[in-house]
Amino acid sequence: MRIGVTTFPGSLDDVDAVRAVRLAGGEPVALWHGDHDLEDVDAVVLPGGFSYGDYLRAGAIAARAPLVQDIVTRARQGLPVLGICNGFQVLCEAGLLPGALTRNAHLHFRTRDQALRIERADSAWTRDYEAGQRIVVPVKNGEGRYVAAPADLDRIEAEGRVVVRYVEGNPNGSMRDIAGVTSADGRVVGLMPHPEHAVEELTGPSTDGLGFFTSVLEQVVSA
Amino acid sequence: MPRVVVDVVLKPEISDPQGQAVLGALGRLGHDSVRGVRQGKHFVLDVEGTPDEAELTQIAETLLANPVIEDVELHLPKG
Repeated sequence: MRIGVTTFPGSLDDVDAVRAVRLAGGEPVALWHGDHDLEDVDAVVLPGGFSYGDYLRAGAIAARAPLVQDIVTRARQGLPVLGICNGFQVLCEAGLLPGALTRNAHLHFRTRDQALRIERADSAWTRDYEAGQRIVVPVKNGEGRYVAAPADLDRIEAEGRVVVRYVEGNPNGSMRDIAGVTSADGRVVGLMPHPEHAVEELTGPSTDGLGFFTSVLEQVVSA
Repeated sequence: MPRVVVDVVLKPEISDPQGQAVLGALGRLGHDSVRGVRQGKHFVLDVEGTPDEAELTQIAETLLANPVIEDVELHLPKG
């Protein structure tokens, strides 16, 4: 399975994301932001970092890049897409996911190992988890506070669009402890925490993050 | 060259921790009369020819502001 991993000026975690794809058993494919070529990938990961220096708003400029416009078109046709941290910000800015990410409530950059609860185990990227499962992966952000108008939050909750939620402490003031959301069809997922940093015992707090990358392989096979 | 100004602020229902931090600093400096601060962005666009309001509105609402969380105000040159 060919899983594309995007690189923008300012991407940081693309190498880790490529490694996570490989460890999960997929074939990583590097995608450059200026290209209009998705290389016939079966899924795409948008990794974390500070694309375009977070100028204007985090993810705003990247969301208008040619490659992302192609990803948006393909995602609306069912291509599985995972946005992590800055990638989540890009997907919200591109209109693929509801809500927005803004400055942390306490104004500090926060880095720590974070407990999460899997709320939806039927999205393209979370099938290898159980609903209600607790996982621990790193979180690291300065603009990770998930926000939306109260009425929009009610709708997001009612439609079951919350995929992962912060437990045992909210690191950034995200509304309703929301750490990640999904598209209506469950194939596009964005989250602020970093599953790609929790795929090996040597370097991560756990291997709990690997499930995101193995889940999509089954999704692609069954599609 | 005509100058178009676009102001962007967070919607009232979205909390603004940066504005609150400024408000806290003002309180510590003794400026108790200031009761609220909302921090935003101010864009100055130099536009060739007569500014096209429809085009500038689109620019403001689709790139300069994120309508999910921000309100935008467009100020076209007078006259």
